[in-house]
Amino acid sequence: MGKLLTLLLGLILAGAVLAKEAPTVAADPVLEKRVMALAVELRCLVCQNQTIADSHADLAVDLKNQIREKMKGGMNEAQIIDYMVARYGDFVLYRPPVKATTLPLWIGPFALLLAALGGLFYYIAQRRRSAPVQDLTDAEQARVRSLLDAPEERS
Amino acid sequence: MAPELGNFAVILTLCIALVQSTLPLIGAARGNAAWMAVARPAAQGQLLFIAFAFGCLTYAFVTNDFSVTYVAQHSNSRLPLEYRVAGVWGGHEGSLLLWTLMLGVWMFAVSVFSRTLPEEMVARVLGIMGLISVGFLVFMLFASNPFDRLLPGAADGRDLNPLLQDPGMVFHPPMLYMGYVGFSVAFAFAMAALLDGRLDAAWARWSRPWTTVAWMFLTLGIALGSYWAYYELGWGGWWFWDPVENASFMPWLIGTALIHSLAVTEKRGAFRIWTVFLAITAFSLSLLGTFLVRSGVLTSVHAFATDPKRGIFILIFLAVVVGTSLTLFAWRASKVGLGGRFALVSRESLLLTNNALLLVAAGAVLLGTLYPLILDALGMGKISVGPPYFDTVFVPLLAPALFLMGVGPLARWKQASVPELAVRLRWALAVSFVVAVIVPFAMGNWSTMVSFGILLATWIAATCVVSLRARLALLPNERLGARLVKLPSSYYGMLFAHLGVAVFVVGVTLVSGYQVENDVRMEVGDSSHLSGYGFKLTDIKEVPGPNYTATRGTIEVTQDGKPVTTLHPEKRVYTVQNMPMTEAAIDYGMTRHLYVALGESVGPKAWIVRLYYKPYISWIWLGCLLMGFGGLLAAIDRRYRVRTRADSAPAASTVGLKPSPAR
Amino acid sequence: MLRARFLIPLALFLVMVVFLGIGLRLDPREVPSPLIDKPAPPFVLPQLHAPDKTFSQKEMLGQVWMLNVFASWCVACREEHPHLMELSRSGVVPIYGLNYKDERADGIAWLARFGNPYKVAAYDRDGRIGIDYGVYGVPETYLIDKAGVIRYKRIGIVTPEIVRDKILPLVKELNGNG
Repeated sequence: MGKLLTLLLGLILAGAVLAKEAPTVAADPVLEKRVMALAVELRCLVCQNQTIADSHADLAVDLKNQIREKMKGGMNEAQIIDYMVARYGDFVLYRPPVKATTLPLWIGPFALLLAALGGLFYYIAQRRRSAPVQDLTDAEQARVRSLLDAPEERS
Repeated sequence: MAPELGNFAVILTLCIALVQSTLPLIGAARGNAAWMAVARPAAQGQLLFIAFAFGCLTYAFVTNDFSVTYVAQHSNSRLPLEYRVAGVWGGHEGSLLLWTLMLGVWMFAVSVFSRTLPEEMVARVLGIMGLISVGFLVFMLFASNPFDRLLPGAADGRDLNPLLQDPGMVFHPPMLYMGYVGFSVAFAFAMAALLDGRLDAAWARWSRPWTTVAWMFLTLGIALGSYWAYYELGWGGWWFWDPVENASFMPWLIGTALIHSLAVTEKRGAFRIWTVFLAITAFSLSLLGTFLVRSGVLTSVHAFATDPKRGIFILIFLAVVVGTSLTLFAWRASKVGLGGRFALVSRESLLLTNNALLLVAAGAVLLGTLYPLILDALGMGKISVGPPYFDTVFVPLLAPALFLMGVGPLARWKQASVPELAVRLRWALAVSFVVAVIVPFAMGNWSTMVSFGILLATWIAATCVVSLRARLALLPNERLGARLVKLPSSYYGMLFAHLGVAVFVVGVTLVSGYQVENDVRMEVGDSSHLSGYGFKLTDIKEVPGPNYTATRGTIEVTQDGKPVTTLHPEKRVYTVQNMPMTEAAIDYGMTRHLYVALGESVGPKAWIVRLYYKPYISWIWLGCLLMGFGGLLAAIDRRYRVRTRADSAPAASTVGLKPSPAR
Repeated sequence: MLRARFLIPLALFLVMVVFLGIGLRLDPREVPSPLIDKPAPPFVLPQLHAPDKTFSQKEMLGQVWMLNVFASWCVACREEHPHLMELSRSGVVPIYGLNYKDERADGIAWLARFGNPYKVAAYDRDGRIGIDYGVYGVPETYLIDKAGVIRYKRIGIVTPEIVRDKILPLVKELNGNG
């Protein structure tokens, strides 16, 4: 619906102001979408820390062209990733491959989550048995009160 | 002359800091009131002298004193005045000076707003902050002195990094540093309490407003930085999971956990060990962030001027500060009592769960940020960890936290009943599901991720409404306005901050789901259409700037044939550093941004033009503003200023439930 | 009484500090090549000085040789150049060039001006072979053994220290054993 409207509007406007509709840079928008989807996963090696999708560096442009050509040639995403890794190593991938050396990286956050939740429930269950019914000891209460209600002369 | 005076002022500040970090601490340990009394004037003196030093460096920048090395490296005679001032913190040395200035401001604030505190506490807090100050001042004087002279002086400066020549960069670092350094107050309070051996509700109450204010500054600082990246880097993104961004995000996550944990410690006396731990961690991560940015151990778009030698100093400092505090923590934590009792389902347990989720999230960011370095250090290869990893890991960690955010404020302290909660929340849940289904269809196409995001955002907003209604219902039957005024501002602070998160989630969800972009090849006179808007390139010409030359496009934007706005995207080349920069032009709107960037020239008259339609992206920063505003409201709650009776405060803030009877 | 679990944060922190300390001495931008100990990617390219003639890595089988990627637009290459000239004069190892993403005339002029250390320079106009070799920061240098396997790669300038400590010993070893 939105797209149709855009198109229609475009046609009307184009007629109205006699402006030429600018051509999209990508010859094949569907292919371009795939290219960019892959390009955001790859690191531009010459840049500080950018994906080759974001970078305008020479090498990034070359690599985007490579991806485009390989895709046109029928290679799929996984094959192109293999192609890149064969040349630049795992460093080029912003999504580290799952293997022995990256296992802690991928499992870590979830292991941490399980450990945290497990520890939490253990802690709550345990303290329910051992915690005193009292919120604060009387001494503490008195101290809180005396500190918070301290007369002005403290300053 | 000014640089020498500045240098001298820094040395004097260091002397004062040395006094401030010794006498009051010893005095507090021995009960010597005279020694403790040194803390306040010393803190105020530090601010005086460090502010003077800062003024001297600013003066050197404003007057183009290129005989100062730092000025020669980060300024230029043709740099506009406002950026010459911002140039003071445009590099490593000046950033440090800003850091110490902010520390001075915080110490001053503590010295002024601490009249209700016991003298030993003030002495310890300021003493510990003085120690931190000593570390940074020593580092500045011996390893990164901004006042070092360049002999002979340079004829002109090398100019400020063009990326930083932007209004966003003028305010981003001071805000961010206010936040980073602000956590030093919470840290100092925690250490003082550990030294004192008394971690109690009073301690939590004292630290709370400080932590909230620091958190507010950090929130705004991060938001500003992200906004700057959005319009200045020119490719429309707003968060890149860059190591330096992560460095500021980790303390934020922990700071958020700390705020909530402090609330429990204050009101229920529980979680004390946990709260202390978070206070130490929040500041440690601020220091770690400084290390990561300044040492160059990680590659980052932001890693300006890095130097491993400086890295070693910061690392040693980090090791000493954090190592000592964690040792003290381990030593004292065993002696801390448990505090109030609570059930498996209670507001305490929900807050603790959320705390755990935030901690795990921060842990995941830390792991992802440092993992490449760890592998490299072990000689096991080089990898990159980037946005795809963080996006994958982060969503499952934060989604439950967002869900619990809705439940927490409605649960009772000590023991909540699940059926009762379900009854109170069923409408919120129903509304959320309905909205989550409607919105994606209203936006044009179905997306599960969008629906899920909207579900969580609506859930948070709806539960805020439920919570507000519940609290109002408990107040005596007056007019609505009168009852609204009666609620404490800290409660509104919570509501605003939570609503801010909801608004933020909406922004993130919709822009990632429905952003439309197109790269077109345009000549003057050409038009292009995107999401119902027409873009016509009417002119493109060279425009000279003060220290750059720009190619400036004029793009007329129309909707339904009616003019909307005229945008001027630029491509600049900064002459001194010969660095190209993209200045995107944005038409702002609450429901969408139109973002236009000029790409490379592809012919004598033809240019690549990038057009973006970004729905609801402004909600991302609007959400951050709301969060910051919430922080402000929470911090100015009158119970921190007026000395209310100690026992009336918990009752007023327990969501209208009975004040805890156990005494 | 010191409970062990409160020491966990400290222990984790100390481990992190150790890694950060090691990290300070590493260069995060130096990427090891996955091509080490792999056969040099095949290519047939026109020669820089003689467009009608070609050069291929296959011609070098049976010899230990060095492939140096250079370009006239590359500032660091100029800094590296004298060291290559010296190595070339010593005749320890034959150096072949790969003129990367350059104008032919510029490449030839550059070599004419600063001297030509290469036996032959191949001409990679569009940088395609450069991508096959994982080139990202010119200058880059490869040492290839008699079987056509890449044994060493240097990203950045080949300094006299690198020649002395890495390249010469390796050339000696490869020639001796292979």
